[in-house]
Amino acid sequence: MESGYPAQSLSAWVAWISTVDHKRIGILYLITTLVFFCIGGVEALLMRIQLAWPGNTFLSPEMYNQIFTMHGTTMVFLVVVPLLLGLANYLTPLMIGASDMALPRLNAFSFWVFLFGGVLLYFSFVSGHAPSAGWFSYAPLSEKGYSTRYGLDYWALALLGIGVGTIATAINLIVTIINLRTDGLTIRRLPLFVWMVFVNSFLIIFALPALNASLVMLLIDRQLNAHFFTQLGGGSPILWQHYFWSFGHPEVYIMVLPAFGIISEVIPVFSRKPIFGYGFVAASTVAIALLSVGVWAHHMFAVGLGHAWEYAFGASSLLIAVPTGVKIFNWIATMWGGSIRFSTSMLFAIAFLFTFTIGGLSGVTFATVPIDWQVTDTYYVVAHMHYVLFGGTLFGVMAGLYYWFPKMSGRMLSERWGMVHFWLMFIGFHLTFLVQHVLGLSGMPRRVYTYPNEPGWAIMNLISTVGAFVIGISVVVLLGNILVSLREGERAGDNPWDAWTLEWATTSPPPEHNFDAVPPVHGRRPLWDLVHPNGGQA
Amino acid sequence: MKRFNTARLAMAVFIASEAVFFAFLIAAYVYFHGAVVHGPSASNSLDPPRTLIFTFCLLGSSGTMWLAERRLAEGKAGFRLWLGATIFLGAVFIFGQAMEYTGLIGKGITPGRNLFGATFFTLTGFHGFHVLCGLVALAGLLILTFVRSFQEREMSGVGAVSMYWHFVDAVWIAIFSLVYLTVWL
Repeated sequence: MESGYPAQSLSAWVAWISTVDHKRIGILYLITTLVFFCIGGVEALLMRIQLAWPGNTFLSPEMYNQIFTMHGTTMVFLVVVPLLLGLANYLTPLMIGASDMALPRLNAFSFWVFLFGGVLLYFSFVSGHAPSAGWFSYAPLSEKGYSTRYGLDYWALALLGIGVGTIATAINLIVTIINLRTDGLTIRRLPLFVWMVFVNSFLIIFALPALNASLVMLLIDRQLNAHFFTQLGGGSPILWQHYFWSFGHPEVYIMVLPAFGIISEVIPVFSRKPIFGYGFVAASTVAIALLSVGVWAHHMFAVGLGHAWEYAFGASSLLIAVPTGVKIFNWIATMWGGSIRFSTSMLFAIAFLFTFTIGGLSGVTFATVPIDWQVTDTYYVVAHMHYVLFGGTLFGVMAGLYYWFPKMSGRMLSERWGMVHFWLMFIGFHLTFLVQHVLGLSGMPRRVYTYPNEPGWAIMNLISTVGAFVIGISVVVLLGNILVSLREGERAGDNPWDAWTLEWATTSPPPEHNFDAVPPVHGRRPLWDLVHPNGGQA
Repeated sequence: MKRFNTARLAMAVFIASEAVFFAFLIAAYVYFHGAVVHGPSASNSLDPPRTLIFTFCLLGSSGTMWLAERRLAEGKAGFRLWLGATIFLGAVFIFGQAMEYTGLIGKGITPGRNLFGATFFTLTGFHGFHVLCGLVALAGLLILTFVRSFQEREMSGVGAVSMYWHFVDAVWIAIFSLVYLTVWL
């Protein structure tokens, strides 16, 4: 990225590798996750080619199992979470008027341990066999007796490394937000993105240890022949499910809360209105975080936990729809009556609202136990989870990318190519995943490498495959837009969107120390206050 | 607007996270406790009185660490001495754990033997690993005392390491009560 740093070839590389600057580390996260996103995307395309028509033999069953496992693991652990951490890394100090994170060297450590975890995961291909038990690696399939090759060991070790890096970043963010806010930036004036990152960091430090504990127990099973999760020897495969989902469900919110934060920054700026119900948006995030640790067993309704458990977990899962619904209404009310600018960023934010709401509604149907029994492990699940993670989080991140790219690079992304990217991605997404609801309802199981030619299945799968390639083209457009705009994009200036939060008070890109002088903060919109010292309406 | 000491706050958050990790390992021990019917178990394999002696060493090391920190804060001599004593007591605890492990493994009691072996070695093993990490950090502080004079920055480092050490100690109290003391019930 072009910036005020010295740029000699070798020393520039060394400067990037040895950096402890939160902005550079943030950009390293973003570039790394973009690479992994492309790898995970190619894996998705390979699966869609295999499933394009019934009885296809493009991938062997063994290879298909490895590919869907790697796709899920990559997208969850190497794309979505670190992508959001990268944005949090870049933006949090800028948004609170600080010069860096509280613990810069720990920050660099977090990034590198995450990167090595990712490389370790992909090294499993080189070792001969990638993990193939799905991204949640249910026991006993993940145990030595059923997964005899080393893929699962790489999977567990890689996730441990990534987990350590993620926890370290969360600690860093919490300390930064508590300690380094500029004068006047009280907790009730924090930008909502920072609020979400703050709550999210607490979810991380309490949820990730559950994964780490599960992983070490799995490794001890596999390497030291213990029997934590094998029936043979008295262990309990169900315990793996309880432990994994104690992490796994909070993880779902870890993957979406920062996207809520992005949307809460983008929508007000492009509607020219302050956020509607700031307090409700912040408080409902805390409510979601608290509820999210008490719903894990809704992933396990098909196990047969007993009616009492199922009712309890079904009810708690339904409850989450309440604070989430509150947020949706807040965002819509923010747009209501505003003078909306339909920039690419805003289009992605609106697409987020639309798609995430559909994903949220199909999520509510899952909390209803009998429906869950009917559609569990079908393409209905695949559709639901891509609506919330791709149509939700990723659209949110895209809104953030178009919004903050000018700040990071000093240049605007092309709006014309942005529109092309948006419409291709939006249409491609719905083409791919809308039909999967129907496929799931008509009984097509997921994670199976091929399928019989039931009525309608062939054509719906073909539509889904075509949609996946449209998404692929949209990503190529995005990459092209980024590369061209970095060189030839319009100069951004400090504050191209007339935004209100502190990151827009410094140059684009910001100098290494971020601010020459942090503007005084007397409210939630410090840059608005600067221009309108006597108050006034939007 | 600086509100808390950075090192101590970061350590407090880290400890909260570690506590969850140990909670899951402890829950697994409890969950499988009733499942061990045959073979080695806590009551027929462990030696609580001997472990109690080493437990006193670890508890004592929390005391010496507290004394060391106080000496440093008051600017008195003796910090290095009490820090050294802390490292010694921690090392004795690890030595005791190593002896215990050697004895158990000699009798064929391993993580693969049965669920007692698996849960016992996982729980106490990860605790021992945390003690070792604490010893490395304490040794780092000890080396620093020879290299430079302690300013505010080093003091907050000592504070953070000390918090960690007390945490590891507290976890052991929980593990000792659960795994060893229940043998006498």
